Amino acid sequence: MLDGILLGLQTAFSIQMLLMVIGGCLIGTFIGMLPGLGPMSIIAIMIPVAISMGDPAAAIILLAGVYYGAIFGGSTSSILLNAPGVAGTVATSFDGYPMAKKGQAGKALTVAAIASFCGGTIGAVLLMVFAPALSSVALLFHSAEYFALMVVGLSAIAAFAGTGQVAKALLMTVVGLMLGTVGEGTMFSLPRFTMGIMDLQSGLSFVTLAMAMFALPEALFLVLNPPKPGSGKSEEIKGLSITRQEAKSIAPVIGRQSIQGFFIGVLPGAGATIASFLGYAVERNIAPKGEQKEFGKGSIKGLAAPETANNAACTGSFVPLLTLGIPGSGTTAILLGALIALNVTPGPRLMIDEPQIFWAVIISMYIGNIVLLVLNLPLIPYIAKILTIPRNYLIPYILFFTLMGAYIGQNNATELLILVGLGVCATALKFADYPLAPLLIGFILGGMLEDNFARSMQLYDGVAFITARPMTMILLALAVSLILLPSIRSKQAKIKANRVADGD
Amino acid sequence: MALDRWIALIILGFCLIYGYTAWFTMDVGLAPFMKRNPIWPSTFPKILSVLGATASFFILFGVEKKEDKVLDIDYRRLHEYKVGQAILLLSLMIVYALLLRPAGFMISTGFFLILGSVILGERKWYMMIPIALISTFFVWYLVQEVLGIYMRPYPAWFGV
Repeated sequence: MLDGILLGLQTAFSIQMLLMVIGGCLIGTFIGMLPGLGPMSIIAIMIPVAISMGDPAAAIILLAGVYYGAIFGGSTSSILLNAPGVAGTVATSFDGYPMAKKGQAGKALTVAAIASFCGGTIGAVLLMVFAPALSSVALLFHSAEYFALMVVGLSAIAAFAGTGQVAKALLMTVVGLMLGTVGEGTMFSLPRFTMGIMDLQSGLSFVTLAMAMFALPEALFLVLNPPKPGSGKSEEIKGLSITRQEAKSIAPVIGRQSIQGFFIGVLPGAGATIASFLGYAVERNIAPKGEQKEFGKGSIKGLAAPETANNAACTGSFVPLLTLGIPGSGTTAILLGALIALNVTPGPRLMIDEPQIFWAVIISMYIGNIVLLVLNLPLIPYIAKILTIPRNYLIPYILFFTLMGAYIGQNNATELLILVGLGVCATALKFADYPLAPLLIGFILGGMLEDNFARSMQLYDGVAFITARPMTMILLALAVSLILLPSIRSKQAKIKANRVADGD
Repeated sequence: MALDRWIALIILGFCLIYGYTAWFTMDVGLAPFMKRNPIWPSTFPKILSVLGATASFFILFGVEKKEDKVLDIDYRRLHEYKVGQAILLLSLMIVYALLLRPAGFMISTGFFLILGSVILGERKWYMMIPIALISTFFVWYLVQEVLGIYMRPYPAWFGV
C-alpha cells in the first residue's frame, strides 16, 4: 500500500495535476452555485474536455475536482437563497438558510466549508484504509436491505418534525412518495397517474419540485412580508469566524458524520442524499433537549451534520466505483463512462494493473479538499454579499434562477408552469405550518424505494423477504423505533412534568 | 376550522382519488402474465393511498396535540401583507413561461427582470435596465456558449 501511496503522491503532485484539481474545484464551485446544475450535469458537460486530455489520471482528477466543487457550490445556494439545486444539499438548507436569515450567512458558509473539508478529508483517509475490504461488504447489500435502508431514511422524518408535527411530516412524506409515482416507472413500463398529459410521462423533475418547495415560497414570503428597515435581517453580515466554543460543539458532529456518511456512501445507490438526511436526523435525535429545539432554526450542528455527511459520502461512493466498477450514484456512473472512454476499466484489478490512477485519485481528494478550503474561505465575504443586494433586485433574480433551474434540466416550458403551480401549493402548505422537506425527501427516495421493494417482492415471491433477511428486519425495526421515538419522548416528558407538578 | 385541517381535507380528497385510480382502474389493462407477478404496478400506490388517508384523518380529527407556534406570516391577516405584489409576480412568471419559447430568451428574460423590479416598487430605470440586460446576456452566454445547452436567444422570425 505504501508503494501505491508514494506513486499516487508522485503523480498527483505534478504541476499539471495540481492545476487540474484547482481548475476542477473552481469550475465546480461556480457552476454548482446555479440552482438546477448539479454535479451530475456539470461533470457530463466537462467530459469532452476531460477525454480530450488523453491522460486518464488527469481526466479523473479534473472530474473529481469538479464533483467536490459542485457539492460545495450547491451548499452555497442552499444557504444563501434556500434554493438547493442538488438533492444532497437539501438538508443543508434546513439550518443554513435560517442562519443566513439571522445575518450569519458568513458564519454558515464558513461552517459549511470546514465541515465539507473535514468530511472529505476523513472520508479520503477511510477510503485509503478500507477500500479493499469494503468492496466485499457492499456486495452483501441486496435489494431487500436497500428497501429497508430507504424506509429508515424516510422514518428519519420523525427527526424533522417537532411536537405535534409528526402526522403532518408523515403525510407530507406520503404525498412526496405519491408524486414520485407519477410517470413511467423503471420496473413497469406503464404510465401511471399522468392523466394523459405527455409532459408527465417522464415524471416530475426533482429540480422543479425542489425549487417549488423551497425557493419559490421563500421568495413569495419575502414579497408578502418585507423585512422592516433596521430589523437587521440579512442586511449585514456579522462575524465570519466561528468561536472556540462553536468549534468544540461541532467537532464531535463532524467526527461522527464523517464516518457515518462515508459508510453510507459506500453502499451503491444510497449516496450523498441519504447520508445527509440520516446525518441530520441522527444528530438531531442525539442532541441535548435544549439544542434539539434549535434544529431547523439555525443550529450550527444542524448545518455541520449534513455538510460533513454528504462530502464523506461523495468520497465513499468512489469505493464501489474504483474497486468493483459499480457506480453507486448517477455522478459516479458518468465518471465510469469517462473512464471507460479513456480505456481504463475500473474493477478489482484497477488497483493492481493501474495503481498510479487508483492512488492518484485518492491523493487528489486530499489536495481537492485543501484547495476548496483555501479558495473558498477568502471568497466567503464576497459570496455572502449576495444577501446585501436590495430586495427589489434580489427577488426578481431569485425567481429568475428558480425558473432557469427548472428549465435548463428539461428544456421544457411546461416545467415552468408546473413549477408555479406547485410553488403556490407549497406556499399554502407553508401558511398552514406543514413541513415541506419531508415531501421532497419522499419524492427523492420514492423511486428507489419502490424499485427495491418490487425487486425484493419478486425475488422472494411476496413479503417473505422481511423475515428471510435478518439485516432487513433490523433496519425495519430501526425505522419503526425512529417514528415512535418522538412520541415516547414526549410521553416521558409529560410524566416527568406531572411528577414535578405533584411535588414528587 | 383551521387552515391545516382544511388542507388535510383537500389532501384526503387527493388520496381518495389517487386510491380509487390505484385500487380500481389501474389494473384493468394489465396483461394476464403480469397478473401472476407478486407485485403489480398498482401495489405500491395502493399502500400509499391507505397511508396517506390515515395520516390525513389523524390531522383532520386533531389526534396529535399541537404546540402553539408563531409563524412568519399569519394567514388570517393576509390582507395586511403585500398580496397584490405576490400575485403580480406569480402572473409574471406564468407570462414568462408562455413567452420564453416564442419570444426567445433575451427579450423575455429582459422584460421579466425589469418588470419584476418595477412590480416591487423600483423606479431607478438607469440602474434597472442596464443590470437586467447585462445579466440576461451573461446568463445566456454562460448557458449556451460555455455550457452548450441550447437556448433560443431571439424570436424564431429573427432568423437567428
